[in-house]
Amino acid sequence: MDFETPLTARIKANGEVTTLAEYRDAAGYQGLEIALSMESTAVIDLVKESNLRGRGGAGFSAGLKWSFVPRGEGTARPKYLICNADEMEPGTFKDRWLMECDPHQLIEGMVIAAYAIEADIAYLFLRADYEVAAERLQQAIDDAYQEGLLGDNICGGSYSLQLYLHTSAGRYICGEETALISSLEGKRAVPRAKPPFPQVSGLFGKPTVVNNVETLCNLPHILRNGADWFKSLGRGEDAGTKLFGVSGRVKNPGCWEMPMGTTIREILEGYAGGMQDGLKLKGFLPGGGSTDFLTEEHLDLPMDYGAIGKAGSRMGTGTMIVLDDQTCPVGMVLNLIQFFAQESCGWCTPCRNGLPFLRQLLEDLEYGKGRPEDLETMADYCRYLGPGNTFCALAPGAAEPLQSALKYFRRDFEEHVNQGGCTYRQQAKANG
Amino acid sequence: MATIEVDGTSYEVDGDRNLLDACLGLGLDLPYFCWHPTLGSVGSCRQCAVRVYANAEDTRGRLVMSCMTPVTDGQRLSIRDPESQAFRDKSIEVTMANHPHDCPVCEEGGECHLQDMTIMSRHTERRYRGLKKTYTNQYLGPCISHEMNRCIACYRCVRFYNDYAGGKDLAVLASKENVYFGRHEDGCLESGFSGNLVEVCPTGVFTDKTLSRSYNRKWDLQSAPSICSSCSLGCNISPGERQGRIKRIVNRYHHDINGYFICDRGRFGYDYTNADQRIQHCSIRQSADVTEEAPDYRDAINAIAVELAGAATGGNLIAIGSDRLSVEANFALQTLVDEDNFYSGMDPVQHQLLQSVLGIYRRPGIHAPTLREIESADAVLILGEDLVNSAPRMALSVRQATRNLSFELARKSQIPLWQDTSVRNLAQDRRSPLMILSVAGTDLDAIASLRLSAAADDIARLGFAVARCLSDRAPAVPNLSPDLESTAAGIADCLLRAKNPVIISGTSCNTPSVVESAAQVAMALSLAKSNGQIRPSWLSYVLPAANSLGLAMLQEGNDDNHLERAMQRVLANPGQCTALILQNDLYARAEPSRVDAFFGNLKSCIVLDQQPNRTTDRANILVPTQTDFETEGTLVNNEGRAQRYFEVFATDNPSLRDNWKTIANMAKAWVNPGTGQGLPESLLALARCENFDDLIALLKNRGGLFGHWDRAAPNAAFRIAGLKIPRMPHRYSGRTSLRANIRVAEAKQPEDRDSPLGFTMEGAPINIPGALTPGFWSPGWNSGESLNKFQDEINGHLKGGDPGLRLLQSPAATDMSAATSSDWFSVPAATPTAANGRLLAVSLPRLFDGEVLSALSPALAQRAELPQLEIHPETAAAVGLVEGHIATIRLESCQLKLPLRFNPRVASGLVAVPADVKTAGILPPVLLPAAVTIE
Ligand SMILES: Cc1cc2nc3c(=O)[nH]c(=O)nc-3n(C[C@H](O)[C@H](O)[C@H](O)COP(=O)(O)O)c2cc1C
Ligand code: SF4
Ligand code: SF4
Ligand code: SF4
Ligand code: FES
Repeated sequence: MDFETPLTARIKANGEVTTLAEYRDAAGYQGLEIALSMESTAVIDLVKESNLRGRGGAGFSAGLKWSFVPRGEGTARPKYLICNADEMEPGTFKDRWLMECDPHQLIEGMVIAAYAIEADIAYLFLRADYEVAAERLQQAIDDAYQEGLLGDNICGGSYSLQLYLHTSAGRYICGEETALISSLEGKRAVPRAKPPFPQVSGLFGKPTVVNNVETLCNLPHILRNGADWFKSLGRGEDAGTKLFGVSGRVKNPGCWEMPMGTTIREILEGYAGGMQDGLKLKGFLPGGGSTDFLTEEHLDLPMDYGAIGKAGSRMGTGTMIVLDDQTCPVGMVLNLIQFFAQESCGWCTPCRNGLPFLRQLLEDLEYGKGRPEDLETMADYCRYLGPGNTFCALAPGAAEPLQSALKYFRRDFEEHVNQGGCTYRQQAKANG
Repeated sequence: MATIEVDGTSYEVDGDRNLLDACLGLGLDLPYFCWHPTLGSVGSCRQCAVRVYANAEDTRGRLVMSCMTPVTDGQRLSIRDPESQAFRDKSIEVTMANHPHDCPVCEEGGECHLQDMTIMSRHTERRYRGLKKTYTNQYLGPCISHEMNRCIACYRCVRFYNDYAGGKDLAVLASKENVYFGRHEDGCLESGFSGNLVEVCPTGVFTDKTLSRSYNRKWDLQSAPSICSSCSLGCNISPGERQGRIKRIVNRYHHDINGYFICDRGRFGYDYTNADQRIQHCSIRQSADVTEEAPDYRDAINAIAVELAGAATGGNLIAIGSDRLSVEANFALQTLVDEDNFYSGMDPVQHQLLQSVLGIYRRPGIHAPTLREIESADAVLILGEDLVNSAPRMALSVRQATRNLSFELARKSQIPLWQDTSVRNLAQDRRSPLMILSVAGTDLDAIASLRLSAAADDIARLGFAVARCLSDRAPAVPNLSPDLESTAAGIADCLLRAKNPVIISGTSCNTPSVVESAAQVAMALSLAKSNGQIRPSWLSYVLPAANSLGLAMLQEGNDDNHLERAMQRVLANPGQCTALILQNDLYARAEPSRVDAFFGNLKSCIVLDQQPNRTTDRANILVPTQTDFETEGTLVNNEGRAQRYFEVFATDNPSLRDNWKTIANMAKAWVNPGTGQGLPESLLALARCENFDDLIALLKNRGGLFGHWDRAAPNAAFRIAGLKIPRMPHRYSGRTSLRANIRVAEAKQPEDRDSPLGFTMEGAPINIPGALTPGFWSPGWNSGESLNKFQDEINGHLKGGDPGLRLLQSPAATDMSAATSSDWFSVPAATPTAANGRLLAVSLPRLFDGEVLSALSPALAQRAELPQLEIHPETAAAVGLVEGHIATIRLESCQLKLPLRFNPRVASGLVAVPADVKTAGILPPVLLPAAVTIE
């Protein structure tokens, strides 16, 4: 390995958790101490300077986000920091790894972020099913309180922060930051209009920052090693390392920390070991279930927000889902649309009723009731569900795999119409 | 102001609005579902998409939801561009995916916003082939039907019911495409404003069950501008009639009063007019056991005239008016018998309370605010009223007033005020101060910053103490506990700090000191806030009935001509007097044994009424009267606004005439047979009244408050394009065949010589004066949402002007210090603590069964709680009462037995008696507050 892996360096191969003592031995909580010795605005400047972009999917600059939080005398109190650990994006399992194996890294990151925005209270909003993580995080939080790393007068200084672990009830939409806030307030998990942004009016109407687990985990290292170091980690335009994952019928599915800008080929063929024998790569969703398909021609692109964007998809969470040539793309997309239709919060019409509409058309295709004009209807609907047209980003994300499948795998769709159903299934049957 | 360009045309619009609001305000057509003019924007339906362009060079533009996009100066947008049209088409397509398309059997059909918007969006083709979702409907009580399959999930219902009206028992349940709008289980919707769901819901999910019993389409309902007579606020309503029956009532927008919403009492309380028990014919009782039923109307009037003439010559004629009937009917009666012989029909306390209120309203430094103004108040002090039950629509306004803090916070955070969820999320449960002093707690307590229960006089004392804190010229309150002193100081401070504080009180406590203390606070506040210029304080009184203030105006300055005085006169001259009683059941007005004595000592009793009651039982001559839906008149609401209502339909019963007309006919009959000599000119003038405008002219001649009486609404000569204003919608069907079973030849439509409205569908329903607008309809806008075509801007005034005439103009800035110093009211003594088993009984107003006529509506009767006596558990323990037991209250000859309920919000030492009409028949609320024995 010719690069650093600060995020996962402490993670044990056997999957055991890193204890507080072990964490401290490996320079743990030093970043926090450095942060506490700085002006909070200086912390923001440093993080801005480091070019840390949000790892939750949108890639927004973390430092910039923090800088929108009103500061100083007379601002609304309390202010909140929320760690978004809802991780329910199909194919995504990176935050889980970080939380299960090195919870203190996240806690340290949260305290640093909270300090930077002068937050009084922090919530860790955890996916319901992450039971191991919940247990380990709670233990780590208790330990951190015990040692004065959380609570009043952290590290003996003047800064205080209360941190609470909240386990979600288990809905994908709870990962959308404003729906998360609604849900944390005890309301229906329905997103909120922006503006006003959470930084101004968030949890309980107070200034709030929501950051992804992985985003926050980078902070201790940036504080300790500086912005230039962080920038130097990336191979391309983007700074730092990133947890990349691969799922699907590859030889070695998994999750690895690599520099930003690592090429897709290196991840797919190098780390994931390429396709299983007898299978060919047909396409892949580069950043989780709500990103557009890319295909073989894109293998040499670097995993950078810009490069993937230019190719017509999104970096998303950086966790790829791979489609092979013997799996039906229509079926795969149907499966995803089904998920998203089921996870729709029900607030806005295009998503609430449009996704079931698409699901219906895809089911018809799969089961031989598709009509030639359905392809156009589906494409039409994908445009209808486009960014800005719906109340939040769930529906546009849901449309991405389908809209790109219609582009790259059009023949498969047409075959479904012409052959009266799923050709892959027919093939499998024929093969016995 | 901002200039925007819509599809190439430039317009000036209010820069604080959103694009949808602005476009609709300009009269443009743009479809929407989830946005509502008062509920604001939430961006859920995605139906209002338009294209906006960044600048002059931008040709591609960007699709936005117009309801979520603020107006900015120089903005260019397109409603008609193909892409946004296609988007809106698609939104309808998905909206309709699960919709049952059951318009033919849907009661919303013909006034359905979903139908209208579907057509406006030009969606015609159905592509969805899947199964439709279906839901189980719920039983929601006697007023509202539920058909969830028609839901388009616009979220308006829950936003109105919960967020706006504070309801608790309607919710959105489940998620994704399964969202369900209903209760946690079947059961009657609890909110007193639930009826608005019928209008708020753009589809046929929530419909009016009372209309459903004998259904008609909107286009088959005849309507006229009407005023709710179920409380003193005067909400504007539009009743719909077919074949002689009122079928339903919908809200009629009034900018200053009800806005978009009315209460359930006003909406569902109309059934008294259809009641089988209605008095239909005249009757004359020849002797104790011989009654001539149904004599000819003329004969009855002639017989009355003979009685009147006879009694008048001996100075033995008296008349008793009604605070529920129009100014004109009361005025006609007053003119008929002469002012000195006309009595208000109110007991002395109430009569004097109303004179006192009228006097206070006319003081300098006092302004009687509209409900719209109350909504804008940033601090509210309520003395002795349980608004939800005594003036329901005002409770809704006060609820909105508590949101003014959130608007202030939103302004600071630069959140547009129309962005409803954002504003609510920002404020959470922070509210503007609402301070409630009541005898037994109120339904608004949950959102009050201060709530305190006390006996009426103690409420008043606290009020006086507040006044004293505001101005040391006000008299001090002796013997006030330090606790209450500091409460008073807190209230005063809060009022002082507010920009637009409002003080609300009323007659529910039936206690002069309460009314006076509210005035004292208002005057002291004006003084405290004055710095050279006096800004009048907002003071609003809730009054007992729809025309309490109008009646008080007819008797202005007369503290004496109340019911008790009439009784004394009759009892002093046994067997001499003839009484003419206008729709007023005296048994609810005084101690029943005294009323018996009154009737027993009359020579003759003439009663005009619509419903049988104990008073009509005592009539020698009984003449039926029309309900407010059948006649015209003017009511003066609690803020002193004269509002005209018009007959919705013409009855074909020859005995049923306009109330004022029957009285004028009596005058005519009295004068005619050559007995005219020597009669007062006013009586002769009344006898000459042929139509309503003649009577208005007489009233106008009285001058003073009545000097502009003709301005309350245009007179009968008013025409638009030479035509009367149609009461029927354009598509009114079956007019010629409705009566074919009686006579095949087409009957001539009745004529209306008393108003500019016609019983017809001919006439242009455009540019109609607000006061004459029967209801709202516009091409392509068949539902009530068509209102936007009648407003000068969204939420604004009716283009035809706000209905009614404010009689009490608040005085120009006067030098208050001179005017008030001698006019302070004096402070009552504290209420003595209950002794030897006696408690102070107080009366509690009731929403569903507290008003005589609306209580006759079966739907409301079903919703009323069982009457119970309420008492604080500690008070109960002190006098040895047990919850659930039947307690007996004795007061004079009245004996009331009701079950006992513990309610910790009832002030200590009190027992609260429900003022439902049944209980009131046994123990009239006017006798309270009074010390009673209870066991
Ligand atoms: C439907 C939906 C689901 C999301 N789920 C997650 C999630 O599980 N975890 C996460 O960190 N961000 C999720 N996001 C993104 C968040 O809204 C938000 O952008 C992110 O938490 C911000 O953190 P970052 O700036 O650190 O990336 C989701 C967004 C959408 C629209
Ligand atoms: S797109 Fe609309 S319905 Fe879907 S999750 Fe977002 S807000 Fe809810
Ligand atoms: S019930 Fe009516 S108001 Fe409520 S969401 Fe459905 S359509 Fe909208
Ligand atoms: S009862 Fe009062 S509040 Fe209700 S509609 Fe009638 S006037 Fe309005
Ligand atoms: S009216 Fe604009 S989104 Fe519903």
